[in-house]
Amino acid sequence: MTSYNPPSGHEPAPGGRQTGHDGGKSAPGPGEPDSGTVGHGAPHGASSVLSEHARHEIDHWLTKFPPDRKRSAVIAALRAVQHDIGGYLTKEAMDAVAEYIGLPPIQVYEVATFYSMFETKPVGRHSISVCTNISCMLCGGEEMLSHVEKRLGIKVGESTPDGRFFLKREEECLAACNNAPMMMVDHVYYENLTPEKIDEILDRHK
Amino acid sequence: MSDEVNIEVNGVPMKARKGQMVIQVTDANEVYVPRFCYHEKLPIAANCRMCLVEVEKAPKPLPACATPVAEGMKVFTKSPKAIAAQRAVMEFLLINHPLDCPICDQGGECELQDLAMGFGRDISRYSERKRVVKDKNLGPLVSTDMTRCIHCTRCVRFTQDVQGFQELGTVGRGEMTEIGTFIEKSVDHELSANIIDLCPVGALNNKPYRYRARAWEMTQHPLISPHDAVGTNIYAHVLRGRVMRIVPRANEDVNETWIADRDRFSYQGMYSDDRLLKPSIRENGVLQETDWETALQKVAEKLGRIAKQHGGAQIGAIASPNSTLEELHLLARLARGLGSANLDHRLRRSDFRDEASDPLFPSLGVAIKDLETANSVLVVGSNLRKEVPLLAHRIRKAALKGGKVSFINAQRYDYLFPVAGYLASNGIGSLEHLLAVAAAAVTASGKSAPASIAARVAQAQPNDTHKAIAQQLSEGERRLILLGAIAQRDPAFADLRLVANALAEVTGATLGYLPEGGNAVGAHLVGFLPGRTVGGQTVASPGLNIADMFAAKLKAYILFGAIEPKLDVAAENAAAALDGAEFVVALSPYSTAAQFADVVLPIGTFAETAGTYVNLEGRWQSVPGAAAPVGESRPGWKVLRVLGNLLDLPGFEYTAADQITADIRKALDEAGAFTAKAVTRTLQAEAATGASVVRDVPIYQVDAMVRRSAALQNTREGRETRAQEGVRA
Repeated sequence: MTSYNPPSGHEPAPGGRQTGHDGGKSAPGPGEPDSGTVGHGAPHGASSVLSEHARHEIDHWLTKFPPDRKRSAVIAALRAVQHDIGGYLTKEAMDAVAEYIGLPPIQVYEVATFYSMFETKPVGRHSISVCTNISCMLCGGEEMLSHVEKRLGIKVGESTPDGRFFLKREEECLAACNNAPMMMVDHVYYENLTPEKIDEILDRHK
Repeated sequence: MSDEVNIEVNGVPMKARKGQMVIQVTDANEVYVPRFCYHEKLPIAANCRMCLVEVEKAPKPLPACATPVAEGMKVFTKSPKAIAAQRAVMEFLLINHPLDCPICDQGGECELQDLAMGFGRDISRYSERKRVVKDKNLGPLVSTDMTRCIHCTRCVRFTQDVQGFQELGTVGRGEMTEIGTFIEKSVDHELSANIIDLCPVGALNNKPYRYRARAWEMTQHPLISPHDAVGTNIYAHVLRGRVMRIVPRANEDVNETWIADRDRFSYQGMYSDDRLLKPSIRENGVLQETDWETALQKVAEKLGRIAKQHGGAQIGAIASPNSTLEELHLLARLARGLGSANLDHRLRRSDFRDEASDPLFPSLGVAIKDLETANSVLVVGSNLRKEVPLLAHRIRKAALKGGKVSFINAQRYDYLFPVAGYLASNGIGSLEHLLAVAAAAVTASGKSAPASIAARVAQAQPNDTHKAIAQQLSEGERRLILLGAIAQRDPAFADLRLVANALAEVTGATLGYLPEGGNAVGAHLVGFLPGRTVGGQTVASPGLNIADMFAAKLKAYILFGAIEPKLDVAAENAAAALDGAEFVVALSPYSTAAQFADVVLPIGTFAETAGTYVNLEGRWQSVPGAAAPVGESRPGWKVLRVLGNLLDLPGFEYTAADQITADIRKALDEAGAFTAKAVTRTLQAEAATGASVVRDVPIYQVDAMVRRSAALQNTREGRETRAQEGVRA
């Protein structure tokens, strides 16, 4: 079974995906019976793993790239799916994205493991990164970080036992120095932080 | 010419084409620039930086593999600046590379080792710990030592751009980058083991060969792979008479630098436990080992007596299409000397109705390398990727360049390229599909249908796909209709060919074949056929074809080559006919011959005999034997020579294989030009025959040797085949 759809020059149908049902003229696409050649394990069925919302989001991003550059939509697709399914990417989710966009799964794994905003191991559903880079550090970023650590009872790199929060190590400056200190929760920026403000933000994330 | 660019490399003026990279020009002019990631057959990555060279007016050294030439460019590959850059890159590459060359299979043939000799320091300035990477399990063919990997990504690019389905990738980032599959998964493509040769270090190596020999201990012998009709060029690496591994022998016209996994690992079948070591004779129903002289005497005496008592027509000779040209020629001469015209090598064929109008040999119709530029190819009845993996690769290139490739098959197969039209069974047979395409072509051309198919064409109702394929076949310069092995095994092959011929006539496309077996073409040339002799000359009284030979229950059969009737022969009554025969002699490398033979003569496999193979282009390729024959087995042509002499037949006074080859060439010259007989059959109007049965032979079941390769049988493909069919391990 292979889910590689050769570039066929078709615009992806809005709201739907190409299934290769063009009068039997193209190579078997996803959903065809497994004929046991190269491929990647059992089919998972993109539709059962990806939510309506995730699919809609991916379709939206697919329209932004030429049909033979669908690979470009992978980052946006993974981001949407990660938020959708609880904070980290499972193999099934990545395979579903690959199948949906029509790429070999390894190309999705490559992207997911390269970028720091994707998690491929189980972590809490809300991802928190507190900036401690120089501007934030000078404005109290490290105090903010210890406040978060104390409040959640975990250290950087850990998740809360209830699976609600993941305190991610911030990789580099997040470019919000003008309003330091800052943190990012689920890829949303929160700036001019104070311990009270942090408590309030965290309370909002269930 | 505006297309030409003049550059200067190390002060020497060179001509280049616009758009070429510096390294392509230096390679063409034999100026060596060190490299790891650049490979002429792969897309450019420029990630190893080993090929940095100095370019005049450029502020920094530039990678030769990714720097396009420009008029007046002055390149220095050995200037102090270039050497300093190359040495610095080498130092970086060696930071994390383990110093385990003494236990590394790549040692002695390692690009990193070689370049470290030229560009490395003798002492490392790094005292930090080296990186360690967990090994991956990529299946039974490729071993991994990922700590040695330098991330050149040649293997990744191979799976993506040559296989057409990326199986390997760069996972992680920075110091954590690893090459792998991310999930536990084998690499399964039929060309996958080429990543062994591509890997410039010892990260990906040959798994069955692991720790068996060192590169410098072995001798290298050219061979031709006999498993398909491509004539793939290979080298056997031999240690003390034993083949240790097979590697590709570059031949741009045939296999480029690639070989199929089947070509690389079939050699394991040479050393299977059931290789015959001594001749044996059946005495009172039991096979007993004996010496060559007794066995040969027995064969000569038995065959001589049967020929005398019952006539030569009671003897049937069947040869594997993987035999050498010389073997086939001598066996044909032996059988004819005994008065028999019952000769056949078409083991899996069942329809012989139109053999009188066969071409001289089943030819591809074009040169293999010209497949790449085909404008349109219609493949009828072929699991192309599994049948002829390297031709599938060429056709894939044609498809990626915009060529239209279509298929008519009983079953769907995956092709990792854009397919213009795929006509799978859909309730009607391949013949009906082909007829519909022909009908569409006839309508489009405005000509009247050739008489041979006129009756059926009138009935056909082409749909849009049929029409599109007919259209493609009428456009462009290079157009091909290929009849694959599945078509040739079809019980209605004659009809398929009739229609394919008519379609070729109407559209002007070339009709080509994908014959089964490494030397089916050679067998046609020397006339190992019931109705023809050397060069396609017709026989006055034709003998029986393979199906009729078994149906007729002859008194004696000669089976030459590793033929296992149940697996290799289409005729279902083969086993019964062999059982019932008065005398059966088998010349085979494997002891399964003992199941049906009265005398078993052990002969060498393709690597143990000198010989010639003619590929599907008609290309003659002669090679000397590479390995010492196992046990007391002998090259087939030598056994046949002695048999001929014992039977007092003329024409067996050869002392070397090339004398036979020269004789065959002479006989072919004397036979003169071959003119194919015109097709006289006409296809009758009849009811649709319904869906055809799939007559596919799995890639690792094609011949006895491949079936005995443990590595191939343990691949995903091999395991699935066995699980499905319950074939013996």
